[in-house]
Amino acid sequence: MAQWIEACGKDDIDEEDVMRFDHGGKTYAIYRSPDDKFYATDGLCTHEKIHLADGLVMDNIIECPKHNGRFDYRTGEAKGAPVCINLKTYPVKVDGGKVLIDVG
Amino acid sequence: MTELTYPRDYSLTGRDSRYAEEHHLVSAQWYQAPIPRKRMKELMQRSNGPAIRDTIIWFAAFAITGGLAAWFWPSLWSIPFFLAYGVLYGSSSDSRWHECSHGTAFKTPWMNDVIYHLACFMIMREPTVWRWSHTRHHTDTLVVGRDPEIAVMRPTVVLKVISMFFAIPQVWGAIKSLLLHAAGRVTEAEATFIPESERAKVYMTARIWLVIHLAVIAYAVSIGSILPMLLVGPLPTMYGAWVHVLTGLTQHAGMPEDVLDHRLNCRTVYMNPVLRFIYWNMNYHVEHHMFPMVPYHQLPKLHEEMKPYCPAPYPSTWAAYAEIIPAVIRQIREPGWFVQRQLPAVAPAKAAE
Ligand code: FES
Repeated sequence: MAQWIEACGKDDIDEEDVMRFDHGGKTYAIYRSPDDKFYATDGLCTHEKIHLADGLVMDNIIECPKHNGRFDYRTGEAKGAPVCINLKTYPVKVDGGKVLIDVG
Repeated sequence: MTELTYPRDYSLTGRDSRYAEEHHLVSAQWYQAPIPRKRMKELMQRSNGPAIRDTIIWFAAFAITGGLAAWFWPSLWSIPFFLAYGVLYGSSSDSRWHECSHGTAFKTPWMNDVIYHLACFMIMREPTVWRWSHTRHHTDTLVVGRDPEIAVMRPTVVLKVISMFFAIPQVWGAIKSLLLHAAGRVTEAEATFIPESERAKVYMTARIWLVIHLAVIAYAVSIGSILPMLLVGPLPTMYGAWVHVLTGLTQHAGMPEDVLDHRLNCRTVYMNPVLRFIYWNMNYHVEHHMFPMVPYHQLPKLHEEMKPYCPAPYPSTWAAYAEIIPAVIRQIREPGWFVQRQLPAVAPAKAAE
């Protein structure tokens, strides 16, 4: 069942950047793409559980800060070694300047 | 609980690997200098420009030195050109595989991949194996029983260190690995860091590399000259290795094991522009380990940002070796001894050996 949670304000994240959001004992990464769309994934890398919010967003890719593993943050797809397991993604919507994610 | 005992067990499946697990040294939280996110984002930015420029110079240097070496062969005039070619082949390939394995040298992924595979071949480091071993080196830097890339183990075996300058143990190890992998097997240690899903690539690459090496030997035999083997294969990897060992040993030799702070177990050493070109700025080694997302061409700027939080850099390669040589000699008899770095009061150590 959908469970929409307010993660941050729209302007809290720069374009082509990522932000950490913690909720209910879990950590998420919220992305703002270069074409001004918002996405959300699990906040920890599937390789060694490092916070992706410390990484670098390049177009549609988030690069993990520890070993440079890359994911497509729109789909969660792992793009090659050392990341082999895809990231979980979450639906996102923007409402009244707020970014909401469905953690349900 | 496993006790700390000397000599340490450097294997990845032995006593000290259990020690590391039990003492929370595995995939641990390491010290990071508090550089503001905005500045880090600027420093992490990728671009193709510097690496394309350097790669054009690199290829041109190969063509000139290799071409003149072959032209003057077999006269003695070919020797200086072979020496220069060897350094390009057996030493500058070290930094190229390294930077491209991180995917930071170029912005465009395929460019990193092409140079990665080429440089791996030159330095005889199998691409998939070393990608994974280097990943582990970054997770557990100088953690005994975890890090597969500890160059100088204690107690120091002086003959081994000297032979490294001619890549003797490296090439011997590489040939054994190639044969094992071509036969469709990995070692017990490799099995701890190379996932099952990646192993087919390991076997395939080993077979392709063996075919290339055999083809070069066959060609040399067919024309009755060793020249092709002096230009491609294990020989240039060996006669050109000394510069990458010279620069590479400054990274960690003599430094403490099992500390969770790269400022304590890595050296940043100021080097001249020629060495920095060959080494692609890996002399900023504390910086590279703490923030591996920063491309080599941005490391001098990162160094400036990190200075307040780090021990003083070594002013020259000589200065680093003035510390390294006595340290590794002392570690022959005192394997528990290590170089201690002075951390600035504003950023004390998180953990110590
Ligand atoms: S922890 Fe993310 S790539 Fe290793």
